Amino acid sequence: MSQESKVLDATGLNVWYGDFRALRDVDIAVNEHRVTALIGPSGCGKSTLLRCFNRMNDLVPTSRVTGRVLFQGEDLYGSEVDPTDIRSRIGMVFQKPNPFPKSIFDNVAFGLRINGFMGDVSEAVERSLRQAALWDEVRDRLGNSALTLSGGQQQRLCLARALAVEPEIILMDEPASALDPIATLAIEELIRELSSDYTIVIVTHNMQQAARVSDETAFLMVDEDRAGYLVEFDSTHRIFTNPTDERTEAYITGRFS
Amino acid sequence: MPRTDFDKDLRAVQDDLLVLGSMVEKAIANALDALKRQDLDEARRVVQQDDLIDHHRFQLEERCIDLIATQQPLAGDLRALIAGLHIAVELERMGDYAEGIAKICIMMGNEPPLKPLIDIPKMADKSIQMLRRSLDALVNRDVVTAMSVCDADDEVDKLYDDVYTELIGMMIEDPDTVRRATYLLWVAHDLERVADRTTNIAERAIYLVTGDMTDIDVSVY
Repeated sequence: MSQESKVLDATGLNVWYGDFRALRDVDIAVNEHRVTALIGPSGCGKSTLLRCFNRMNDLVPTSRVTGRVLFQGEDLYGSEVDPTDIRSRIGMVFQKPNPFPKSIFDNVAFGLRINGFMGDVSEAVERSLRQAALWDEVRDRLGNSALTLSGGQQQRLCLARALAVEPEIILMDEPASALDPIATLAIEELIRELSSDYTIVIVTHNMQQAARVSDETAFLMVDEDRAGYLVEFDSTHRIFTNPTDERTEAYITGRFS
Repeated sequence: MPRTDFDKDLRAVQDDLLVLGSMVEKAIANALDALKRQDLDEARRVVQQDDLIDHHRFQLEERCIDLIATQQPLAGDLRALIAGLHIAVELERMGDYAEGIAKICIMMGNEPPLKPLIDIPKMADKSIQMLRRSLDALVNRDVVTAMSVCDADDEVDKLYDDVYTELIGMMIEDPDTVRRATYLLWVAHDLERVADRTTNIAERAIYLVTGDMTDIDVSVY
């Protein structure tokens, strides 16, 4: 992993919710135009780590982040940094599709409008829907409510909404866990395609999914104080064929206790 | 959280490999025995029984494929099944060499032997030892034993060279020996191949332990 390709670089990262430490001393770097998967048992802090990358934890009143996260070499938590600006550069797709109760078109255009987009909104909406592999299915009904779409389509719509503002990084928190296997594969295909233009970090409970879509995989565990920590971070090939740490081996082979 | 059923299945794959290995070992030993004693019935039995080896190999492959499809094995489990698939193929091919020796034995019929068999039985014994050791290395996850199989391959190669030189010499000296000497050359060649394939098994044993897929057969031959 070369120095230049790191778009996100966290060192000594700790996250606290009040007195509870959710994440302990995590060092991890995310490389440009790569898919990085975060795996681990429930409560290991993988979603918390993901949310550190676009300052979503700031929205939790009692949260506190220590350590350092560099985004393109700049301190993501620097006092001059506007978290809202960060969230348009580092987009997020959630576990459950959460389209706004608006038309399909307006959902995608939403981010553009609030960001004062000066270009051709229709063109940007079409581009984003095409990128999310949804355009052909919705081109004739852009004015329909987004809530009329299937779960898989809604999730791709949320992805299109995130893509519309042309982020540099897309964070995905269990993006396919509420979808059927076919819709899941569609999302996975998309992740692979998008990785040529975007940097993607994905949290998933589905190890086979991590194996299929990611280039690098981080395995996190939870310690006796319920704080999550990083056990191993390596190429996905290495993690799934010959991990270094026996805890990783136990987890991915289903012999975790 | 143990995976009792899956662990049992993985052990069954290993047991199947050992059964296949012992079938192949017996086939090699019996083929050599038939050759030494010019026992054509024994040779025919070896040829017939190769079908059983082939059948066992396919069953083993199917078991591995089924586990890969249904259990989605990863890491050490995945390596064990991939190694199992490869080793099943290697063993089956070794069975074919035993069958080849038996067929040569049938072709030679009851012709008077060209010479007393000395180095060829040695090659067979060493090959069988290497086969056992490679499977021991697999079962015991023992890299050192696996490496020693590769060292032993040099000895078999040396014996093959000796047999080759001797038989070529006989053929030059007396062209009437060409047919019978060629038969023996084939036998020696088959045994050399058997030994070589045991090193492939040893390499898979090392892969299973280390995850490294490398050619460790640093033969000087």
